[in-house]
Amino acid sequence: MGEIIQEEKQKGGKRRPKKHSTHIDMTPMVDLMCLLITFFMLTTAFSKSKVMEIILPEKIDDPNIERPVIQDSRTINVILGPENKIFWYPGRVKDSNNPPALKETDYSAEGIRVLLLERNKLLSKKVISFKEQMVKENPTMSRDSLLANIKRFKKADDSGPIVLIKAYKESRYANIVDIIDEMDICSVVRYAIVDINYVEEKMVQTAMAGSTTTPK
Amino acid sequence: MPKIKLHTKSPHIDMTPMVDLFSVVLTFLMLTTTMRQPEPAPIDTPFSVSDKTAPDANIMTLLLSEDNRVFYNIDNGSDTSFHFKGKILTEMGTRYNITFTPEEVKQFEAYPSSFGMPIQNMKSFLNTKDAKEREALQVKGIPIDSTDNQLALWVLVTRLVNPKVQACIKGDNDAPYPLVKKVLDIMQDKKVNRFNLITNLEATKVMLTEE
Repeated sequence: MGEIIQEEKQKGGKRRPKKHSTHIDMTPMVDLMCLLITFFMLTTAFSKSKVMEIILPEKIDDPNIERPVIQDSRTINVILGPENKIFWYPGRVKDSNNPPALKETDYSAEGIRVLLLERNKLLSKKVISFKEQMVKENPTMSRDSLLANIKRFKKADDSGPIVLIKAYKESRYANIVDIIDEMDICSVVRYAIVDINYVEEKMVQTAMAGSTTTPK
Repeated sequence: MPKIKLHTKSPHIDMTPMVDLFSVVLTFLMLTTTMRQPEPAPIDTPFSVSDKTAPDANIMTLLLSEDNRVFYNIDNGSDTSFHFKGKILTEMGTRYNITFTPEEVKQFEAYPSSFGMPIQNMKSFLNTKDAKEREALQVKGIPIDSTDNQLALWVLVTRLVNPKVQACIKGDNDAPYPLVKKVLDIMQDKKVNRFNLITNLEATKVMLTEE
């Protein structure tokens, strides 16, 4: 801008042809651009949010429809407790007066994941080795066909655990997402979110009372 | 020995390349930007390993906040010619005997974020411009108790107007489970069984122990 003002001054006086540089001072422009870039960078949501899809079983209103029966030996009951704790027991409660002991674990990689992978060894090994093999031999394979192949494995599987997820009333939304996520990581096929029943609530309460007395 | 003439240079730096670069970056950012919409309540979404991207059109999003409030948002994407949002609001109005003026409907269509108030407060919500007042109207969220289950009606009306709509749930980490269960129950009563839980991406590695 300085140059332009200078030019006007000289017009009035002696008319001496003076070579002017054609440079325009770009500093204000750069300043403005910097500000705009910063603004856009801060307001932009670059990564689109991700979603985890869950499909819940339809509610059965008709009492005549037979409910599926599941084997006790394959069942794991996972109870999402308060304070980010997980309690689990295998099978089902046979005698409500003498319920099975709850085992406590957590959401970390050494917690519930170890248990689920152990139970689901056959399938998860298959899935992981298949993935590795595809990376080595056929890296151009499209994601969709890879997923379709894995889905086929999952469908054929009939030895993996059936996980019943039951949330205690004091658990949080993050717990649900975490546990469904764990199912995904351990490629557990059969899991369902089930209402917690009275006996199990009692079991959690006694387990919590027991665990609070022990120092953390 | 001739004197070496040192060229006195002006201290100006040529900023043209810098400006060029800046304009490219600026244009890029301006074209790709999708403005982050401010949410009526702070929502901290949980992490998961899922890498499926969220759908960007025909979604209804339920916001579950940590303090037991439910918010609702309908997003029909860039396709505004159908005026789904407006139709949904008018339909909701007729069910509760509230008539919305065309200006109010327009306001509602333009409102980009989630809302959470009883339908009776919707009129004053749309007519105020003040962010503080709007916040005050949303202290309760959408009623979900069985006596006046407005959320169920919102979902029903949305699905009637736009059958293609998908359900998304954006819950806060600390949203209590009973609320989540209640909302899922309401949705399932309205025959919505497929949900997209909005999460952040987290990388995990599975370690399988060899025996």
